[in-house]
Amino acid sequence: MKELVVISGKGGTGKTSVVAAFAALAGNAALADCDVDAANLHLLLDPQVQESHEFVGGSIAVIDPEKCTSCGLCEELCRFGAAHDCGLNRQGMPAPFEIETVACEGCGVCAHFCPEGAIKMQETVNGQWFISETRHGPMVHARLGIAEENSGKLVSLVREKSREVAASHGCGVIIVDGSPGIGCPVIASLTGAKLALIITEPTLSGLHDLQRISELTKHFGIPAMVSVNKYDLNGDIAERIEGVARDGGMGIGGRVRYDPVFTKAMLHRQSVVEYTDKGASADLRMLWDTVQAQLADSSAQATTTGEGDGK
Amino acid sequence: MGAEWAVAKARAQAVGAEWVADKAQAVADVVWAKAVVVVAASALAMVAAVDAVVEVEAAAVGASRSRSQSIRVTIASGKGGTGKTTVAANLAYTLAQNGAEVHFVDCDVEEPNGYIFLKPDIERTRTVGILTPKVDRELCTGCGKCGEICQYGAIVVVKKTVLTFPTLCNGCGGCALVCPEDAITEIPREIGVIEEGMAGKVRFSQGVLNVGEARAVPIIRELTRKPLGKTVIFDAPPGTSCPVVESVRSSDYTVLVTEPTPFGLNDLELAVGMMRELKKPFAVVINRADTGDDRVKDYCAEQGIQVPLEIPDSREIAEAYSRGELIAEAVPGYSEGLMKLHEFISQELQR
Repeated sequence: MKELVVISGKGGTGKTSVVAAFAALAGNAALADCDVDAANLHLLLDPQVQESHEFVGGSIAVIDPEKCTSCGLCEELCRFGAAHDCGLNRQGMPAPFEIETVACEGCGVCAHFCPEGAIKMQETVNGQWFISETRHGPMVHARLGIAEENSGKLVSLVREKSREVAASHGCGVIIVDGSPGIGCPVIASLTGAKLALIITEPTLSGLHDLQRISELTKHFGIPAMVSVNKYDLNGDIAERIEGVARDGGMGIGGRVRYDPVFTKAMLHRQSVVEYTDKGASADLRMLWDTVQAQLADSSAQATTTGEGDGK
Repeated sequence: MGAEWAVAKARAQAVGAEWVADKAQAVADVVWAKAVVVVAASALAMVAAVDAVVEVEAAAVGASRSRSQSIRVTIASGKGGTGKTTVAANLAYTLAQNGAEVHFVDCDVEEPNGYIFLKPDIERTRTVGILTPKVDRELCTGCGKCGEICQYGAIVVVKKTVLTFPTLCNGCGGCALVCPEDAITEIPREIGVIEEGMAGKVRFSQGVLNVGEARAVPIIRELTRKPLGKTVIFDAPPGTSCPVVESVRSSDYTVLVTEPTPFGLNDLELAVGMMRELKKPFAVVINRADTGDDRVKDYCAEQGIQVPLEIPDSREIAEAYSRGELIAEAVPGYSEGLMKLHEFISQELQR
């Protein structure tokens, strides 16, 4: 199975629009939206949800106020500032301590050491994940609960399920929509992928972020390719970016012009290539051809080096 | 009573600085905050936790100021690329130009970009580490208690041999505490750095996560609890998960920057959900306001969310941004909007 991960480092460079266009062009790809804390792909692909599941990602500490003697050990031991002294109650006695849910990282140290056994670890539902059908193929997506943790785990789960779905639907390729940044959800969406396509923009921020995300793909040994979106906004920086990509041993995926059609297609809940054939749509088609060729190439390489997974 | 208690706890804590700062913030709204500072100052000096004292003072002073004029504002957004950094950096610059004592803090430690626009001279760099276990194999009996308490798979015992996986460790300290042989010591492992300096009149701090590291939160936690300036602008990462929550937790007010597109609206709704969950005040700024459609505005009106500023779409702004220029310098009229935004926030906080 070939897995293409579309990432960007910097947010808002057009990852999701590119993924939707690729989905339409590929015909029978499986899709995985791994931007689980701000998912957008569903807005373009209108998925019909077939299965929906709760995501239990971890646990948080809960203090039983009946048993708590306000000794303060939990607050002393907690490295995350999650256990709080609540001062005095109305009777002027020490009130039971409380756990600040959003700060708790679920390490369980407070529960283990509480001398009264007043703290229990409680499994939490951190979000939901879905298997859906779209007009371009099956899609696995998720929604991390508000202000929740464990996005990396949820991303890994979405990818695992997308492989199962791809196999059962006979899809040749999985297209993964990644999240911005270089931290845990991005690492989780990258590991084991055949190719990373980095969508960037010709700004100094885009250049800086590309350097960091390309270090990350190198760190994990994932072949990478770079495409500059809105390249005509600043031609000089577009060239600098491509220079950095070449120097870093990355492929050049082709440029995509600045075109209001991205927003227009989005307002019509369509991918750019469905909305029009002109302008940026033509650029995206060329980009997809290049990426497909590279994917075929890199899976051939992987097979010869014995790293292939037997498709 | 609270003060004595605080001092005792501070002493007990090996890594006391962090704890005291958290404590001071937690008690900031309580009347006896100052008493804690005074007592803690004398007692803690003896345990050489000078940093901690400074931080307690800073946090307590910060608390009293927040009722007069000092503000900590986080600029956040659900969706990436909506203009957070542009608004944050230009707001910091504009306020400083108008005489305010401003501290810009870049909390987008995965991809910090504020420096591109503010161009600071970095004067100090320090590493941020998390404590990870080091096992003394002479003392270890392979009992397996460390592996049982670890929720992250960072320390496991296989056939009486202990193995550690430092990149999985989140530094909770459970293994060292639970080890009956005292065979585990905790050593800091660098996950990134904090850089500080001046950018013209703006005091500047940024966190930079090392490439390949997954956990941004410890750096953000460190950044947001530092002694901060009078007016603080936090530039948050995109999204709505833990790094963003950490960037919003310690500020007084949050501005959510969005764009009037379906993606912008979807992610704004998520960000609004986050703010309501955290019970923190916020308003919305619509960037590139004349692209897309009216659904973001309609949503804000329906939800009773204020929109103190709309920034029109402009190729001039986009190009100045691409070159790393401050829009407030490059595009006339831009800074007036930001001054109004600041005025709006100040008024909201006084209500």
